[in-house]
Amino acid sequence: MAAVRTSSEIGFNRVAIIAVLVVTIIFLAPIYWIASTAFKPRNLATTIPPTVVFQPEISPFVKLFTKRSQMRSPPSPEEYAAAPWWERVVFDGGEKIVRDGKGQVQWSGYPSRFLNSLIIAITSTVLAVGMGTFTAYGFSRFKVKGEADLLFFILSTRMLPPVVVAIPMFLMYRAVGLNDSHVGLIILYTAFNLSFSVWLMKGFMDEIPKEYEEAALVDGYTRMEAFFKIVLPEAATGIAATAVFCFITAWNEYAFALIMTNRRAQTAPPFIPSQVGSGLPDWTVIAAGTFLFLLPVAIFTFLLRNHLLRGMSFGAIRK
Amino acid sequence: MATTMITTLDRSSRAAARGLSDISIRNLFIIPTVLFLIVFNIFPLIYSLGYSFTDFRASTNAPANFVGLQNYRDLLNDPYVWSNFAITAKYVIISVAGQLLVGFGVAMLLNRDIPMKGLLTTLLLLPMMLSMAVVGLFWKLLYDPSFGIINYALGLGTFEWLSDPKMALYAVALTDIWMWSPFVMLLSLAGLSAVPKHLYEAAAIDRAGPFYTFFRITLPLVAPILMIAVIFRTMEAFKTFDLAYILTSQPTAELISIRLYKMAFQEWQTGRSCALAYIVLIMVLAITNIYVKYLNKVKER
Repeated sequence: MAAVRTSSEIGFNRVAIIAVLVVTIIFLAPIYWIASTAFKPRNLATTIPPTVVFQPEISPFVKLFTKRSQMRSPPSPEEYAAAPWWERVVFDGGEKIVRDGKGQVQWSGYPSRFLNSLIIAITSTVLAVGMGTFTAYGFSRFKVKGEADLLFFILSTRMLPPVVVAIPMFLMYRAVGLNDSHVGLIILYTAFNLSFSVWLMKGFMDEIPKEYEEAALVDGYTRMEAFFKIVLPEAATGIAATAVFCFITAWNEYAFALIMTNRRAQTAPPFIPSQVGSGLPDWTVIAAGTFLFLLPVAIFTFLLRNHLLRGMSFGAIRK
Repeated sequence: MATTMITTLDRSSRAAARGLSDISIRNLFIIPTVLFLIVFNIFPLIYSLGYSFTDFRASTNAPANFVGLQNYRDLLNDPYVWSNFAITAKYVIISVAGQLLVGFGVAMLLNRDIPMKGLLTTLLLLPMMLSMAVVGLFWKLLYDPSFGIINYALGLGTFEWLSDPKMALYAVALTDIWMWSPFVMLLSLAGLSAVPKHLYEAAAIDRAGPFYTFFRITLPLVAPILMIAVIFRTMEAFKTFDLAYILTSQPTAELISIRLYKMAFQEWQTGRSCALAYIVLIMVLAITNIYVKYLNKVKER
């Protein structure tokens, strides 16, 4: 910056800072609205003017996790008094929690979809990052004939629209019985993320000086030992960043999950929209489901903040 | 396929003398990944290439009949499909142009000493990390004509965003701009911070005006990185499925991916959808090829 600033430059700086704040508020408004709707009583979710100040409630989350039915008449005072707090908040909304013959509370579809998302995203991340790290090391350290073409081939598999890949995969999975299975989605997401992980990890591997391993080789390590004892610890940050990116991609994925699963292995992204249906949806419950689903990604984004540029550009731009 | 890529490594290297040779380690590290991608990415595409020449319908047990190039001929003569491509092109242009303007604009604003700049930047980046499908769904509430906060904030009364055929595509693009401007911003910030400060000082000494400085110094130096952002976003916008599928069912907002999905999984015209998938695939590969060539060019500098 110039050492001397004119008063108009300082004035422009102030305007710019205010503009940045305004833009940030606008960009965060939708996310804030999801978070605040998740804690609203149902009757305040769709008011005009919008309700900004309200007494936060936990009832949307209770409703999110339980199966409920409409009540024709309010519960008797004894029934209400005997009910635990989480059942009362549902009574207050004119509904009751469905129980089976033994009186066990029936879960909604949400917890199992959330669990499916976790299982599928974590497993496919471990596989994609594991394989990707080895392959990236191979590309980084050894001469590979046609390397550029191979890397293009690896990347291009990621660039295809999911629906294009999903049509043959659907037919093949149907033939071998992998439709609506965890294994099926794990394979798809691993393939999808593998190319990303190879590209990103290659960038991290290229940054580790070759001299480290060479010194180890001179000291009598085998190449394998050098890889596991020298290179992997050096690459730990890169591996962690790549893993978080792969996890987020698998966690957020919608099209494959929509086509390949319908119940048993369904993940949260196709499930949450399917709850809207045609009638008047309870937006507080949808917001609660969305809020819980977005929370891990929001936390990861903060942890990843120094690697975002690199990850989002497939390792093309490094800082 | 993979074995043809092997070249001889330096066999006299110390490593080759102990344990696995470098060649076997390289093959051990690379070949499984390549095989995995061939089996789960290339093989399915060969499978669907076969089906694209048939009238196969996955919803029936009737055997597939070979129809030659009929599917391709029908698709290329189908004005409906062409209109899907035209809608997609329009969508790509609107949303990428919007992201470029907003993203680069915000980056220009952020490119100065600002208190809590790191925190603000990370907060601004949040939208692009979230699930398009799940957040897109919530935009339905934001866009709602009677109780959406967008109409309330802008004082638009009961303006129809998603159920007006003329408006739906713009509404989807607007949400996409919200999600992905942060991406352009992120890349622009990297480009802007790499512009050498002494150029600006020299320009100030020469009493160059802000416009001159912007068009002669800032823009040319940031252009390569902006180009990466544009190609990348073009490719992604061309593929868009989640957001448009969730937000609206207007035929005027039916992108090519949605058409393909409906053809394959609602009308069950499996053979024909495979042919359409191939047409889309060739287009995407062409854009990817441009992208990768450009990336390599930028990296070399």
